[in-house]
Amino acid sequence: MAEIIVVTSGKGGVGKTTSSAAIGTGLALRGFKTALIDFDVGLRNLDLIMGCERRVVYDFVNVINQEATLNQALIKDKRSENLFILPASQTRDKDALSVEGVEAVLNELAKTFDYIVCDSPAGIEKGAQLALYFADTAIVVTNPEVSSVRDSDRILGVLQSKSRRAEQGGSVKEHLLLTRYNPDRVQAGEMLSVEDVNDILAIPLLGVIPESEAVLKASNQGVPVILDNASDAGQAYDDAIARFLGEERAHRFLDAQRKGFLSRVFGRKG
Amino acid sequence: MGILSYFRQKKHSSASVAKERLQVLVAYERSQRSQPDYLPQMQQEILAVIAKYVDVSPQDVEVKLDEDCSILELNVTLPEKQ
Repeated sequence: MAEIIVVTSGKGGVGKTTSSAAIGTGLALRGFKTALIDFDVGLRNLDLIMGCERRVVYDFVNVINQEATLNQALIKDKRSENLFILPASQTRDKDALSVEGVEAVLNELAKTFDYIVCDSPAGIEKGAQLALYFADTAIVVTNPEVSSVRDSDRILGVLQSKSRRAEQGGSVKEHLLLTRYNPDRVQAGEMLSVEDVNDILAIPLLGVIPESEAVLKASNQGVPVILDNASDAGQAYDDAIARFLGEERAHRFLDAQRKGFLSRVFGRKG
Repeated sequence: MGILSYFRQKKHSSASVAKERLQVLVAYERSQRSQPDYLPQMQQEILAVIAKYVDVSPQDVEVKLDEDCSILELNVTLPEKQ
């Protein structure tokens, strides 16, 4: 039986798709058969981040409407044989996804996959609710910034009331993934620290991904950033995957880079 | 900036302002969330009934729903007799 993971945030632009791509790839690299599903109907982007945009033939909605089989729509990742991508439809029909349709696709995937990673659209409307409805586990992607933290708290409320697990009296396992973290600005008192965000949201911390040039570089090339082993963000995602799978790993990239004596005295920006 | 900012420590940093604002807001929104959906409308309707007989403003009514036991507490501050 597969574990269903939703990557969600409420707010847009915080790094859901980047994180979904990294998490899916990370799980596949560790030998788990993983499906990555883009739930952002009308604004498909996971294919672009994964670098498979030119191989999209059928999509999620085609499968739900039985215009294609699941096997026809799943795109096999070029880099990992354990990873498959199910792209979102570009239709403008907001009701293209239905609870029954999504459930049927997830049930079929669950027969052969270990993990199903659902990349949620922004917002708390139908699309976001469908992406999280069947989840066993939620990874809440948050930026250290007021509107993102507030929206994350709202999506936690949705998880606790509108998910299938909540409706059945259980709960979805929650993880916090703090992204675009800038330790220098935190030290300068210009950015919420990981402790601040933890105090407010009060859910277990899966990882802290530093603000990194590697993320844009990776998306430019259509390569999940976790494959950039040399980069801080890639390593931070790898740590997060290890923690997700139960390994103990200390958090890295939380401290500001040490400045030289002169730049400290004169306050020159590093 | 370097030396000065060292002494001008965190107390009034923008991050601590952000944290304080968020703590207040999130606590409020969580309390709203635990209310049943019908509460705001019921509050309005009860107020409309009271307003038919007494001159009260919406600010004078407070509705609280106890979480564990289902006790509805309705406080209406009536205007002082003139």
